[in-house]
Amino acid sequence: MSNAIVQQRGIGAMIWDYITTVDHKKIAHLYLVAGGLFFLIGGLEALIIRIQLMQPDSNFISAGLYNEMITMHGTTMIFLAAMPLIFALMNAVVPLQIGARDVAFPFLNSLGFWLFLFGGLLLNVSWFTGGAPDAGWTNYAPLSSTSPGHGVDYYVMGLQIAGAGTLIGGINFLVTIINMRAPGMTYMRMPLFTWTTFITSVLILFAFPALTVGLFLMMFDRMFGSAFFDVTAGGNAIIWEHLFWIFGHPEVYILILPVFGAFSDIFSTFSKKRLFGYSAMVFATVLIGFLGFMVWAHHMFTVGLGPIANSIFAVSTMAIAVPTGIKIFNWLFTMWGGSIKLSVAMLWALGFIPTFTIGGMTGVMLGSAAADYQYHDTYFVVAHFHYVIVGGTVFGLFAAMHYWWPKMFGKVLNEKLGHLGFWPFFIGFHLTFFIQHFLGLMGMPRRYWTYFEGQGLATGNLISTIGAFLMAIGTLIFLYNVIYTAIKEPKASADPWDGRTLEWSLPSAPPFYNFKQTPLVRGLDPLWIEKMEGRKGITPAEPLGDIHMPNGSILPFLMSMGLFIAGFGFIYQVDNKLWFIAVAVGMGLFFASMFTRSFKDDLGYHIHKEDLIEKGDGKE
Amino acid sequence: MSERTENVSRHKLNVRKDENKEEMVQQVITFALMILFTLIAFSMVILDISSYFIKPTLLLLAGVQVAFQLFYFMHMKNKGHFMPTIIMFGGMTIALATIITFTTIIWW
Repeated sequence: MSNAIVQQRGIGAMIWDYITTVDHKKIAHLYLVAGGLFFLIGGLEALIIRIQLMQPDSNFISAGLYNEMITMHGTTMIFLAAMPLIFALMNAVVPLQIGARDVAFPFLNSLGFWLFLFGGLLLNVSWFTGGAPDAGWTNYAPLSSTSPGHGVDYYVMGLQIAGAGTLIGGINFLVTIINMRAPGMTYMRMPLFTWTTFITSVLILFAFPALTVGLFLMMFDRMFGSAFFDVTAGGNAIIWEHLFWIFGHPEVYILILPVFGAFSDIFSTFSKKRLFGYSAMVFATVLIGFLGFMVWAHHMFTVGLGPIANSIFAVSTMAIAVPTGIKIFNWLFTMWGGSIKLSVAMLWALGFIPTFTIGGMTGVMLGSAAADYQYHDTYFVVAHFHYVIVGGTVFGLFAAMHYWWPKMFGKVLNEKLGHLGFWPFFIGFHLTFFIQHFLGLMGMPRRYWTYFEGQGLATGNLISTIGAFLMAIGTLIFLYNVIYTAIKEPKASADPWDGRTLEWSLPSAPPFYNFKQTPLVRGLDPLWIEKMEGRKGITPAEPLGDIHMPNGSILPFLMSMGLFIAGFGFIYQVDNKLWFIAVAVGMGLFFASMFTRSFKDDLGYHIHKEDLIEKGDGKE
Repeated sequence: MSERTENVSRHKLNVRKDENKEEMVQQVITFALMILFTLIAFSMVILDISSYFIKPTLLLLAGVQVAFQLFYFMHMKNKGHFMPTIIMFGGMTIALATIITFTTIIWW
């Protein structure tokens, strides 16, 4: 279904189309728009934080509201912006890269998105109902389990629903990559972005259950009178910290690994070279994934685990620098001697290398347990994780969006505006966060609402705030670029970057069934191999035949809405037992939808061979 | 030509029959062993053997039974089960790390 047809049918039909879609390319659009929106909300919260800290003794917002700001900034950026934007890329690219017509479970794919969106909405409703969560994005007990009001309840329910969506998405990609690769696409021929998506999905599968368990314990403590974290009743608050970081540390690798993959594809495409050390890159990815589970306690060095535990976790933390270093050097060697084209995607990738390396270096500093007692809970930590998350994940998202925009929307983002947007963001980023290393070393603690005059912190904070506004300008230029491109730019060709992997053998944007004939993969960088042998496209692996497609469904939307309604019921039943009606209604809707899905046969439909021939191969 | 194809397919069929036979033998042996283990476990408890001996032995027998179940009855030893195997063991490693943490460095 092309965009033109949808437009003719009007806006209502388009909305209905997107609500019921199970097409991975449209779900990618949904993830991108929703994630982008939450990114802007999180950015706005960051600006409010920076304005508050711009000068000493500031009273721009109250201390309580400040706590809500920092909590929601972190939670929104990690769970509601970075994760869905990564899922947007995975959905848009991975099935195309492995030569599949869709993900393994299209219905679950849609369910994953709607669970995430309704979870995110539930979390943000808290702003209008008497206070957002205010216990930090880590939500440590007992601060969180005793926090008054319903803010933390929203955190628990919102993340529980959104987390279920993420878990579903992760399992979906795991099955897709294991089972749906085209003939000839062996594991060691998969593009790096597909590899990192695969490892990321494994991490999601193993890490998110820890969060689910932690959130359930918190939910029972706050809503149903249990005492898992209540020391006076024989509980233990440290359990939350462990569960949170058993999830939380793999989570940061979930954020960074997919963009490592995207960078690998970008570096090799724009250097016109095969990726240097492909197998070492794959090995490093697997190793980072494995070690990611063995280091969580480095977030808790000052808790008092004892010197032996601290030493073990310090050593395993520093070990991660090795595979990461392998990756950095392989990217450099990929560029070495290559014919480099400085496109916007490549520019973001180049900006990423020094930025992320600084973040990695401060990571090793924080990883040495003895020194960590100095750095802990200061702005040094804030600077470190913004260097890796913004300098890694956000730079990577910008790079990947510029790179794959033609595949997602059929148009190449304007390069001039792209360059113009990069510089304010890049300079603004370093202005904001580099100085925060020193603010931290001078003793400025994180999460504090304000500081006094004469503590020597004023200049640094002012510089930091100026940088934050430059980043906002960079983001606005990117948004302007998106609109400008949609209106002014011409339709992109199938292969605007002279690409190497399968997705560039399809028209931009691809037809809804992706591949008319499943492609035959003959090596790493399959499209490049065909190009080098003088062929126009990929050799098909099967004769032209009917294509089986899934039907769209409204059920994922209804199921997620059911949980959304039930979420309110759980939060407010503490005040008034009548709210259990909302629980019953929501869960009723949820289970009724599940029942419908299970007992009503939906066998999909076929696109007939004759229709495919009529339409041509969709190229040019 | 057609005779040759027939010969090849008959040979394949024979190979499969042999494999099935071997598979069946293994299943019966494992099944017998599992019953034996269960009998040993029950009789140890009935005979009131010292708990210092009985606890590790029971756990060991249980572990072997789980391995039998996974590898023989659920075919994890067969070809094409590499990914499920590696992901299951990955999950077990992480679960084990969590259990070790909760029993050693969280104080009560």
